[in-house]
Amino acid sequence: MTSGTRGASWAEDAVAAHAGAEHLRSEEAVLERIERARRRRPRVREERITLAHGAGGKATATLIEAVFVDAFRNPELERLGDAAVVGVGDARLAFTTDSYVVSPLFFPGGNIGDLAVNGTVNDLAVAGARPQHLSAGFVLEEGFPLADLRRIVDTMAAAAAAAGVQIVTGDTKVVQRGKADGCFVTTAGVGLLDRTVVLDAGAARPGDAVIVSGPIGDHGVTVMLARGDLDVESDLVSDTAPLHTLCAAILDAGGRGVRVMRDATRGGVATILNEVARASGAAVVVDEAAVPVRPEVTGAAELLGIDPLYVACEGRLVAVVAEEVAEEVLAAVRAHPSGDGAAVIGRVADDPPGLVLLRTAFGGTRIVDLLVGDPLPRIC
Amino acid sequence: MRFVDEFRDPEAARHLARSIAELCEPGRRYAFMEVCGGHTHTIYKHGLEDHLPETVRLVHGPGCPVCVLPMGRVDDAIAIAEHDDVIMTAFGDMMRVPGGRGSFFDAKAAGADIRMVYSPLDALKIARNHPDKRVVFMAIGFETTAPSTAMTVLRAQAEGLENFAVFANHVTIIPAIKAILDSPDLRLDGFLGPGHVSTVIGCRPYAFIARDHGKPLVTSGFEPLDILQSVHWLMRQLAEGRCEVENQYTRVVPWDGNRRALEAIGRVMELRPWFEWRGLGFISHSAMQLREEFAAFDAERLYDVPGVRVADPKACQCGEVLKGVLEPWECKVFGTACTPETPIGTCMVSSEGACAAYYNFGRFSRSRVREATLLADPVVRR
Repeated sequence: MTSGTRGASWAEDAVAAHAGAEHLRSEEAVLERIERARRRRPRVREERITLAHGAGGKATATLIEAVFVDAFRNPELERLGDAAVVGVGDARLAFTTDSYVVSPLFFPGGNIGDLAVNGTVNDLAVAGARPQHLSAGFVLEEGFPLADLRRIVDTMAAAAAAAGVQIVTGDTKVVQRGKADGCFVTTAGVGLLDRTVVLDAGAARPGDAVIVSGPIGDHGVTVMLARGDLDVESDLVSDTAPLHTLCAAILDAGGRGVRVMRDATRGGVATILNEVARASGAAVVVDEAAVPVRPEVTGAAELLGIDPLYVACEGRLVAVVAEEVAEEVLAAVRAHPSGDGAAVIGRVADDPPGLVLLRTAFGGTRIVDLLVGDPLPRIC
Repeated sequence: MRFVDEFRDPEAARHLARSIAELCEPGRRYAFMEVCGGHTHTIYKHGLEDHLPETVRLVHGPGCPVCVLPMGRVDDAIAIAEHDDVIMTAFGDMMRVPGGRGSFFDAKAAGADIRMVYSPLDALKIARNHPDKRVVFMAIGFETTAPSTAMTVLRAQAEGLENFAVFANHVTIIPAIKAILDSPDLRLDGFLGPGHVSTVIGCRPYAFIARDHGKPLVTSGFEPLDILQSVHWLMRQLAEGRCEVENQYTRVVPWDGNRRALEAIGRVMELRPWFEWRGLGFISHSAMQLREEFAAFDAERLYDVPGVRVADPKACQCGEVLKGVLEPWECKVFGTACTPETPIGTCMVSSEGACAAYYNFGRFSRSRVREATLLADPVVRR
């Protein structure tokens, strides 16, 4: 066996490449050039929607910025919060909407109905609001079993009761067989903002503590395993839960020291922290050893070659709070039934701005970047 | 988690790091190539370079199977997938690899039926469930994944499953290492041998690297402590004036490899006269195709594969990066025109690719980061 025909040209290639590299000056200069490129206004290059546009990573962010925000532009939308804050008369309302397309519809620990109610309740709660009223829209596929629909709707009724909200309006559409995947649900919700706190992803300041409310990644891994592609069995269940009382407890304990609360759904904790770092112009430094992850989640993530930091949760939140109140807030979260296993996982720092850094459990450092699309399993 | 945490113990890492530092000769710089993309991923994911002295550099080699796939083969695969009766199946990190006219994800969005699988056996299952379609498995990878492709073909044959086929892109590691060794600008002091490939081929095939080329090789596992220990062993060989093939990954790699896996490959596949590698050009006897006997399962024979040849984009320096001549950040388009969301070169696609690993995990100034992590002691108290 001999190596091929291009051997001779390698030397020339290499010399040319080295000459090119010298023009680049130093690694630092290259990194600065890259950060400038990343700050440019995003463009959607694809001609069609791909699955990556729905995965919550960079492709989703680009689509939202370049298509939706561009067309609908207004200051409230541009904040890109979990919920918009609107004034009606003297009242301040939080307003949000979300669509649910999970597959399978039923999974250990819940079903699409829990997600649809809890997801919208949580988007209102992390905005600092008291969730009040929800709407529910259903897109049903011809042939979908009525018994399944009843199960989903009963679950939604129970979840609404548990969260203290009422589903006060709704809509139903049926599409032909093959035009939808069984059942899609869209909920919208309004909540009352009667506290004076200002929560904003851009409010994080150097020195602030970053808290997660419990073990991460349970929901995403449960759903991946429920799809049956892996033939792995586990006792893991989804973490879907309403977070409105937990949010209230955090605000009671931390008051104005609470800077940001976000529920770590699609894209996981890593995506939330990136949004915080970028909006605040600060660095977020995470200590990997402090991040709570169940062994089952670690195991499945190892098998798949994915990182639990990017796996979706449906009942966990990330709170960034001022150092002075960090201990009180952590104690309040841990005392709450939904906050078992909560931990301070990191700190906000001033440099390098916009980046999330991880101090690995192994003793090294690395970046935690936004993903482009879904985390893809590695081949070997 | 048991069987994981033991291999990631920071105290053991610091101990190994000290041993490595003690073996450094003053004024000498060391460069070791990790051949395998899995190693590259581990190195970046755990921030392993923070444990190495500044004079010891890890150079990322050509062992990411996605990264060495030429654009033309992606276009060929998409051409097969575009047949109405075809369901194309592929591993996850194949989905975003750009061909001359887009990736599998793009082809899927345009209407082709392309599905992600975890194993070729999943593709077989799809074939059983869709007798009216032909299910084609996009087979990629080194000797690591070739046995599972071979076994799947044998099973399809045993079951008489006529609607299953393989588009074979399996490559072999030794010719790639030879190509690296023949490179006139080689400035390496040794190799970290590919762990997974070696579970199949064993350690014997690497003998020529030490014997003929005077470079030590240590076959290494994939946990961060495995890699640090392997670097330590390489340093020890250099310090003691030895030049050998050593096996650090004995818990998985038998010295003679896996005979049954090799037999399965040999039964189903044969070497191609030549194959094009992304960035490395044509390398003779470096890839495998299905034997004539299995023609009924060979998508290349069943479909009129265009055999597209797409020249790598001019700006792309994947070849230099794969050979370890350039650091990822030294490439002209790194991080600006070529990013994980819009990759020009394949090194930017797979998380095992040197460029993607550097962009996603290592794209910062180490001095600034050290300062930041020291200033902001992350955890108040557990």
